[in-house]
Amino acid sequence: MAFIRTSRQILHPGSGFTLPEREVTPQAVYEDRRTLLKGLGLAAAAGTTTLLAQAEALAQQSGQATLVQRPGKLAALPATRSTTPGAYAMDKLTPYSDVTTYNNFYEFGTDKSDPAENAHTLKPRPWTLVIDGEVGKPQRLSLDDLLKLAPMEERIYRMRCVEGWSMVIPWVGYPLASLIKKAEPTGKAKYVEFVSLADPKQMPGVRSSVLDWPYVEGLRLDEALHPLTLMAFGLYGEVLPNQNGAPLRLVVPWKYGFKSAKSIVRIRLLEKPNTPSWVKAGPQEYGYFSNVNPKVDHPRWSQATERRIGDGGFFTPKKPTLMFNGYEAQVGQLYAGMDLRKFF
Amino acid sequence: MTAVSVRPSLLNAWLMKPWAKPLLWLLCAVPLVALCAAAATDQLGANPVDKFIKEMGEWSLRFLWLTLLVTPLRDIAGLPGLLKHRRALGVTAFAYALVHFLAYAWLDQGWRLDDIVADVIKRNFILVGFVALLLMLPLALTSFNAAIRAIGGRRWQVLHKLVYAVALLGLLHFYMKKAAKNDLAEVGVYAAILAVLLGWRVVRKGGVLAMLRVR
Repeated sequence: MAFIRTSRQILHPGSGFTLPEREVTPQAVYEDRRTLLKGLGLAAAAGTTTLLAQAEALAQQSGQATLVQRPGKLAALPATRSTTPGAYAMDKLTPYSDVTTYNNFYEFGTDKSDPAENAHTLKPRPWTLVIDGEVGKPQRLSLDDLLKLAPMEERIYRMRCVEGWSMVIPWVGYPLASLIKKAEPTGKAKYVEFVSLADPKQMPGVRSSVLDWPYVEGLRLDEALHPLTLMAFGLYGEVLPNQNGAPLRLVVPWKYGFKSAKSIVRIRLLEKPNTPSWVKAGPQEYGYFSNVNPKVDHPRWSQATERRIGDGGFFTPKKPTLMFNGYEAQVGQLYAGMDLRKFF
Repeated sequence: MTAVSVRPSLLNAWLMKPWAKPLLWLLCAVPLVALCAAAATDQLGANPVDKFIKEMGEWSLRFLWLTLLVTPLRDIAGLPGLLKHRRALGVTAFAYALVHFLAYAWLDQGWRLDDIVADVIKRNFILVGFVALLLMLPLALTSFNAAIRAIGGRRWQVLHKLVYAVALLGLLHFYMKKAAKNDLAEVGVYAAILAVLLGWRVVRKGGVLAMLRVR
């Protein structure tokens, strides 16, 4: 790989993507991904899975191969490697088993193992997404409509939880902007609200009053339209497992994980900001923006470092947390001139 | 009814056997050994350090609650033999709290002393837990016969009333940690049990002040 070395940082040319040298994936890991790709190609050649063959064909068409190995547990979701600056982190991937068994999804319980245990009751099909509010063309889209709306991209994002742990996840989806533009926001639209499903029949956690259901999140319109803001339908080359927010979820990689609302049923364009669920639950602890920021501590957790899940063992030290989770080059200008201690 | 009256005396006899104490110490070490073995064989899930620290803290609370159960159980079930085992339970509660803190200082903070000090001062829930640990220290250090003789039984009793403060601070520490994510079901169970353990004492002694008085 042609990296240009500066004194303390490595520049990934053409991506506007800078990271300290130690954050960059060692060559060996990158080579591994290449090997996995060959494995995929072989499987397709052997005719073992037609979906794999389709994925491979699609990848070859664009000349940008999907590098991530599929676990083969759910339906394949073919995608091409994203070319958006910053959308393809070179960090070591968090294993599929960790991504799908350790996360917060309070609709299925408060323990981080609860979603994987309880989310089998969620029915991701049929699914309807409503886009309304300050829009010229309100939308009512089925999952099939949504899947066809824009080309699927594979993106590798770091995900930083407010609790002090992080993962590196290969998502499949397309920019949220593609979806929002379809509804034609009016001149009054300045903010976006995301509403998650809250069905006590499918989600046992919704019967408890731990949060004020449904779960709602919010972004400023320029954040929502940023090319890195992803509407994800899959991970690891397959459709989303229920516990990770099937059938569609938000992924905002420079914000703490809870901003990335799961199992979304409604997107509402607004003139004024809404009150996201965690801000409502604890306004001193959770802010509207919730950008990853190692210099602004949460009252219960230091945000200076993070535990990278699936990377190293029991005695591996934590990693330093990066400003905007390492996406400062791409998103820093969204917050130019803002006091990030006040607007946390 | 006769079966009920026979059983305590049999239990009492067992509690007085010479092997009862070593057996209890072994039992007290089981969670620690099991968790270390699980850590060594990568059985603690996606975030093993977090899990280990959390489990150590919870086991400390459990042993502290067991320590506080000794007196009520002795009186209600008629088991005077229990009392000589209270020390093992209390010292175990301290040992788990110490491992809980050391695991945090080492595995979570990498022994960076300035970070640990900043964390303890800045984050109320860590401060509360740290104070609870500090208050346990004099109790653990006076948990052998020579120490009791040296400071005198009455003073020892006064000193060890601190255990009530330790229990309340331990519960508060747990509550504050869980409150960040509104996850309070488990804390509620611990609080309910402690309310019974302390409530029984208050009722029996006839008031909170009476409970704290040493005759």
